[in-house]
Amino acid sequence: MQTKHWQQRLLTLPPMSYLLIFFAVPTVIMLFASFRYAGEYGGLAPWYSYEEGKLAFDLTLENWQRLFETDIYLRLFAKSIGYAVLTTLLCILLGYPLALMIARSPRKHRDLLLLLVILPFWSNFLVRIYAWMIIFSPSGALTHMINSLLDIFGLAPISLMYSPTAVIVCLVYVHLPFMVLPLYANLEKHDPALLDAAQDLGATRWRRFWKITWPISLPGVYAGSILVFIPVLGMFAIPDLLGGTDGIMIANVIKQQFVESRDWPFGSVLSMVLTVAAVLAVLLGAKFGQQAGQTR
Amino acid sequence: MLEIKEITRNFDSFTALDKVSLSIEAGEFFTLLGPSGCGKTTLLRLIAGFDQPDGGDILLDGKSIIATPPERRPLHTIFQNYALFPHMTVADNIAFPLRMVGCKPDEIDQRVAEALEDVSLPDKGKHYPEALSGGQKQRIAIARALVNRPRLLLLDEPLSALDAKLREQMQLELIKLQQEIGITFIYVTHDQGEALALSHRIAVMNHGTIAQIDEPSRLYSYPNSRFVADFIGQCNLLAGTVEQIQNDRVRVELKGLGPVQTVIPPNATIEAGMACTLTLRPEKIRISSTLTQDEGEVHLKGVVHDMLYLGDVTVYKVELANGMLVEALLANSSAGRARFFEVGDQVEVAWGFEAGHLVMD
Ligand SMILES: Nc1ncnc2c1ncn2[C@@H]1O[C@H](COP(=O)(O)OP(=O)(O)OP(=O)(O)O)[C@@H](O)[C@H]1O
Ligand SMILES: [Mg+2]
Repeated sequence: MQTKHWQQRLLTLPPMSYLLIFFAVPTVIMLFASFRYAGEYGGLAPWYSYEEGKLAFDLTLENWQRLFETDIYLRLFAKSIGYAVLTTLLCILLGYPLALMIARSPRKHRDLLLLLVILPFWSNFLVRIYAWMIIFSPSGALTHMINSLLDIFGLAPISLMYSPTAVIVCLVYVHLPFMVLPLYANLEKHDPALLDAAQDLGATRWRRFWKITWPISLPGVYAGSILVFIPVLGMFAIPDLLGGTDGIMIANVIKQQFVESRDWPFGSVLSMVLTVAAVLAVLLGAKFGQQAGQTR
Repeated sequence: MLEIKEITRNFDSFTALDKVSLSIEAGEFFTLLGPSGCGKTTLLRLIAGFDQPDGGDILLDGKSIIATPPERRPLHTIFQNYALFPHMTVADNIAFPLRMVGCKPDEIDQRVAEALEDVSLPDKGKHYPEALSGGQKQRIAIARALVNRPRLLLLDEPLSALDAKLREQMQLELIKLQQEIGITFIYVTHDQGEALALSHRIAVMNHGTIAQIDEPSRLYSYPNSRFVADFIGQCNLLAGTVEQIQNDRVRVELKGLGPVQTVIPPNATIEAGMACTLTLRPEKIRISSTLTQDEGEVHLKGVVHDMLYLGDVTVYKVELANGMLVEALLANSSAGRARFFEVGDQVEVAWGFEAGHLVMD
């Protein structure tokens, strides 16, 4: 027993220290930074001063108060969460049929189909976003087609580029594989005899899906949702390039605080809120996933 | 009640079922028995509707059900791995077929409770399937399949995953349950002992065709072919030719053993010169050390080649003059007399004229 414990600890040492160094420590530093003053030329001001033999702490709640002074930031948070939820739902909607189709296709085709799902990873993330910029561009074929259609009905032309729509489409495009892979891993393990049994006991195709396949696949749905929701919540590149002013998300503001406004303390406040939101989402997803997994 | 007419099923060039015809009566415990790959599961899937035949028809109460999808056929299947829904409680599993036909909640509760009572697991309703033992899962699968009273229950080797002791217990329970509820059972197995113990009638299948359909005792005593004799129980098969027919007796020349007498098998066409096989059950053969003279018996000399002590009986393998081994059973009725003979002993093998059963090749 004793040696087993010891070995287990040794095994968990690398991942634990990784999490400690790259997640826990930065989070604590960030939390601390959110109570400090900004430096004159960016960065952080010293957090204590030593004058005439007296130690004084230069810490403040100002940054946190600023978060609630206007509703801009809270609304931006709400909007970002909304984008993340919408993207997750769209990924489920598009990814579920795809994963199901792959899981039910002949075994010899599955590897190829999975490869096609992850194929986009072979080209750079930014390159793929630039590709969307070309597709959405005002002179692009897609915009032309939509606008000439709108013209037939006497409607004003629209711009696809620099809109929330463009952001959502691209978010879904980028994150779809993260939904498909865990869903496939789950669906592929389903015992086909269960569907035969359900059909034998009187369930139609529709009922077989909602009573058998869907509930058993829920752990996969939650796993995929976490993998999509979290990165979307913190995404700034896509809204930066495709969002214009309407499509901006909270991470854009955080980036702005650190890079352009050089206000690290307030950037830290926003980051903390985002981190807490993400951790909450993970906990919630894990809890539902575990519940769904237990009843399997 | 269920009639299967010349059903054929081909997988590419392989014929899994070749013009199989069967007729099953209401309330019957009917068994499909045959070696692995003979088409039992294929036939069951056709009856359940999971597969479509390439020819022939399936009639339920005189009406063809070929075009009816599985979910609308009034019959249920017990799958080999039970196929209980892992995400539902036992009670929800059993309620499933009732919900599919839109029963009212109070009625569902009542009938689920009754079904659990029927399989003697009244307090397992709230458990999930993974918390049940193999035998319990089996019973829940049966309860689920019977809860909305199908016309027919199809069981595909339902006991093969259980250990020997539990299997025997479940066999007794199945017989009792089938008698109580009076639903027709079609049972698939490749275990001939199980088939004999459970069934009213058995269809022995071989290579996609039906070799013989009969009651267990008749199947055992009067197999119609070498294959059936060999497949059902232990059997000694002695090849020979029909020599002469007198009244109800036949003289058969056994290969390398000389002529023996036996009785004419019921409803068989038999002529002098036909190749035949004399089938002899081990328990009908006597072995003794001294030469006995009995008019109504066949006597052959042999040497004990091998013996197998099984507790209740001892199996002796005796080598005959033509080098063939025949098996004989001797009951061990008293404790001290487990060994009558030793390997290498000269013995005499004897059986009554009516003990053997002749089949034509
Ligand atoms: N879907 C299929 N495609 C091709 N061949 C099949 C298919 N299903 C069954 N077969 C073949 O048909 C034959 C009969 O199969 P079946 O499953 O009915 O056998 P069985 O009598 O149930 O055997 P077992 O006792 O092993 O379950 C086998 O040779 C099998 O390989
Ligand atoms: Mg089978």
